[in-house]
This record gives sequence, C-alpha cells and structure tokens, in this order.
Amino acid sequence: MKKIVPIKNLKKYAIDKTIKVSEKSIEKTSKISAFLVDTANVFLFLTRVFKNTFSRGFEFKEFLKHCFQIGNKSFALISITGTIIGLVLTIQSRPILIKFGALNMLPNMVAISLIREMGPVITALICAGKIGSSMGAELGSMRVTEQIDALEVSSANPIKYLIVPRVLAATLMIPLLSIFAITMGILGGWIGANIKGDLNFVLYISQAFGKVEFMDLIPAITKTFFFGAVIGLVGCYKGYNAGRGTESVGIAANTAVVTASFLVILVDLIAVQITDLILQ
Amino acid sequence: MIENTTIKPVIDIQNLKISFGSLNVLNDVSLQLKSQENLVVLGKSGTGKSVLIKCIARLLKADQGTITVLGEEVNALKTEDLNEIRKKIGFLFQSGALYDSMTVKENLEFPLRRIKKDLTQSEIDAKVTETLANVGLEDVLNKMPSELSGGMRKRISLARTIIVDPEIMLYDEPTTGLDPITAEEISELINDIQKKYKTASIIITHDMECVRTVADRIIMLKDGDVYKEGSLLEFENSTDSYVSSFFKTKKIQ
Ligand SMILES: Nc1ncnc2c1ncn2[C@@H]1O[C@H](COP(=O)(O)OP(=O)(O)O)[C@@H](O)[C@H]1O
Ligand SMILES: [Mg+2]
Repeated sequence: MKKIVPIKNLKKYAIDKTIKVSEKSIEKTSKISAFLVDTANVFLFLTRVFKNTFSRGFEFKEFLKHCFQIGNKSFALISITGTIIGLVLTIQSRPILIKFGALNMLPNMVAISLIREMGPVITALICAGKIGSSMGAELGSMRVTEQIDALEVSSANPIKYLIVPRVLAATLMIPLLSIFAITMGILGGWIGANIKGDLNFVLYISQAFGKVEFMDLIPAITKTFFFGAVIGLVGCYKGYNAGRGTESVGIAANTAVVTASFLVILVDLIAVQITDLILQ
Repeated sequence: MIENTTIKPVIDIQNLKISFGSLNVLNDVSLQLKSQENLVVLGKSGTGKSVLIKCIARLLKADQGTITVLGEEVNALKTEDLNEIRKKIGFLFQSGALYDSMTVKENLEFPLRRIKKDLTQSEIDAKVTETLANVGLEDVLNKMPSELSGGMRKRISLARTIIVDPEIMLYDEPTTGLDPITAEEISELINDIQKKYKTASIIITHDMECVRTVADRIIMLKDGDVYKEGSLLEFENSTDSYVSSFFKTKKIQ
C-alpha cells in the first residue's frame, strides 16, 4: 500500500494543529504555504500561552517541580563551565593587558565581560541544550503516546498544566543560573589571576567590582529573563506540536535545541542594540 | 440487548467527513450509539477508526457533519461546555496514554481531582482502591507505569477511565498487542463495566474474539464509509467476501 503524500499532508496537518492550538480553523487554501501556517501556529500558540498565564488557576506545584528540575539538571554543568570561562578569560587577557601596562584592570575586565555577555549567553546556550531538548522530548512523547489527548479528555487544560509552568520556570531559573554562572566565572578568574601572579581575594573582588555599574547589571539580567522565556517557549512549542510516530520525539527535541540556541543569539543581538540606544 | 426506540441515541453522528490534506479519511459516516449498548466498529488499519472516536471527544475537529453527544453538538461547544461533555466520556487510548511521570496512584487520582472536585482525600483513596479492584489489580499503587506489563497498563488505563463514572466509553483497540488470555480478560472487563456502570460503549477492534465477546451491534468501515451494519450473527453469516475475510480468518496465535 502506498503511503500518503507527505507535503500535502503536512499542510493539512499543520492546519489541524492550528485547530488544536486555537480552536479556530484557518481557511485552508492550496496557496497557503507551510511556512505561513507555521507562523500562524506560533502566533496562536503564543497567544494561548499568554492568555493561560494570566487566567485563573495557576499550577503552582508543577511550576515548583520544573524550577527544581531545571536547577537540578543544569547546576553542575553551569558551575563547571562558568569557572572555566572565568579562568580562560583571565589567562588569555593577561598578556594583552600587560602589554598596555594595565594589569590591574584584569579583574574588572573579566567581571564586566562575564556580567554583560559570557555569563548570560553561556548559561542560555547550555540551557537551550539541556532544558530545550528535554522539554521537546518530554512533551513530544506525551503527544505521541496520546497523553496530551488524555489530559484534554480529563478536562485538564494542557496549556495550563504542561506549558505555562514550564515556560515560567525557565523564565525564572535561567536568570538565577546566569547569576550563578557569573559568580563562578569571577571565582574562576581569581584562580586564573593566581596562576601567574599573586592576588589576594579581597583585593581581587574589590578590583573586579570597582567599576561595575548598576547599568552593567540591569540590562544583563533583564535579557536573561528573555532567554529563559525563549528557551521555555521553543521547547514547549516543538514538543507540544510534535507529529505522530515515535520519530517525531527526536525531531522535536532536536529542532527545539537548534531553534532555541539561534533565538538566544538573536535576542542577545537585539538586547545589545536596545541597551546601546538607552545608554546613549 | 435493551431495545429502547423512544430514548434518543447517546451519540448521533450525521454525515461526518474529515480529511488530512489530500487524504480523505472519513467521507460520509453516520452512526448512532444507543443507551447501554456495546457498538463495535470494525475496519482495516488506517481506515480512520481512531479518527472517528477522536472526533467524538473533539480531539480532532470534523470538516463536515454533526456529532451530537448526550444532546449537545460537540463541534459547536465552547471550552467549558465541551469539558462538561468530556467529563461524561471515558476514552481508552490505543497506547494506554498513562502519564509516565506519575505513579499509578497519581494517574488514577488525576482525573478524579479534576472532575469530581468535592471529594475528600479518604474518599479519593477509597475510590482508587475500589476501581483498581474492579479491573482486577491491587498492590500497584506506587509503581510507575514503566514498571508494568502491557496487560497491567491496559487495566490501569481502563481504571483511570472508569474512575470518574463516565456515561459513554470509547475503547480504541483495547486488546491489540496483548496475549490471547489477557485479551480475553480485557474483553470480559468491557462487558463487566457495561453491566456495572450502565455505560454505552463504542469499541474499536479487529480482534474477532473481542468482537464475539462484547458486540451488541457491529458497524464496519471501509474506504471512509460505513460498509455494513448489523448484529454479530448477520456479520458471521454474511456472504460478502470483504466481511467474511474478517470473520473467517483464523486467529494467528
Ligand atoms: N492528526 C492527524 N494528522 C494527519 N493524519 C492523520 C491524523 N490522524 C490520523 N491520520 C491519518 O488518518 C488515517 C486514519 O488513521 P486512524 O484513524 O489512526 O486509523 P485506524 O483506523 O487504524 O485507527 C491514517 O492514514 C493516518 O495517517
Ligand atoms: Mg487506530
């Protein structure tokens, strides 16, 4: 028996998902490309998540569970990575700063690059990998094994029960993990400063934060909330809208990581531009 | 079984049509499910049997046609009203659909907490134990679904479905993938549930032993349409070659 024509099926399939996501059907004309349907789907998904975030009945227990899981999953990796990044930054910047006779700038420079860029972005990329893929796979397998359908039949709202707690947990936890990564990076920097020199910890810290301003911190921390939201939303969208058949689970996890990583970099770029405009 | 022509059908589907892209799954399906009857839906894999019952619970939305469940047209319902109808529908998914992040107990409590909101914890516990006993299981409360055998998973799914006392049961291939003995036990359970809870049921299957055990009436689908409707006897004595290809084949065991 011949299998179904994939491309045409895909389109109808996307439209179906739209119905699921929005409870409103989109006029299906043969001219609508899969891309437009996808865009519409993303938009409808976002609206539904947004609505359900602010409507009554928050799944607090689920939210806490996912916060814990995100922290637990990424804690070790982020502390090690953060330390190494701080260490490497210090070791690499040292010769250049010596050339310019500005070695006492070293702690401060490391701190600022960690706070503004390295800490948040590294954390977000690691989480895009760990959290994005696990959300994609988890929700994808729930979709494939009809668990999401079962939730709906039990008159539970899957967006409220599955998506909102995950997105909010990611939005909260990635800033916390970023701050943690920055802290570990600065500690790593101190280790680096002591490999080829001798720098007292108190002095190091006071040099590191000497020129760090409030306006370094605010934009940096603000953008991590967006990183978190992006990772949560992408992971959930890919998983929730996974196709049928077991291979869809892998596809969902994989595309979640790729899309989330790319979007993190994109958000970073936008954040830099906005910060630049505001600080001028 | 109970002949009652004056009572409206529990489910009334008229001219249901649904397609996915160029693939027409159901062209024009009309059927009624009467109160307290076991209606078997037969058909080859891929004829759209699962799609049919998913439309009834509005997990999929039909392109055309009306689906009236307990007097309400499901395609026209708003979310809250749809949920009211869904509370009265028990859906046994083909894959079982047990929540694999939850223990058996949590799986059973989940619909109970959401659908019967005024129960106390001790009432919930009692109900869970009772329902598990009804499907012939005990001592599994704290197990995870992944630790259970296929037959046990089916029973737990069944328990999770009947725990909220649905009026309508939709079974999607309840015996597929089970050994013949367990399959027979599940078929008996379907009959027990029908008697005990007075449910009306649609049973999708292509397991002929199951059909013989549970069917009050049979509807056969072919190429998106209703091919034949009748009693078990009519199907077994049919001279139609397509029908008899289902009923004459020996079960491979
Ligand atoms: N959500 C969906 N999107 C696209 N195609 C689907 C969907 N659900 C089912 N189909 C297709 O519809 C046909 C009927 O499927 P199904 O109802 O599962 O068959 P069965 O009778 O074996 O239960 C299959 O070809 C399947 O690929
Ligand atoms: Mg099926």
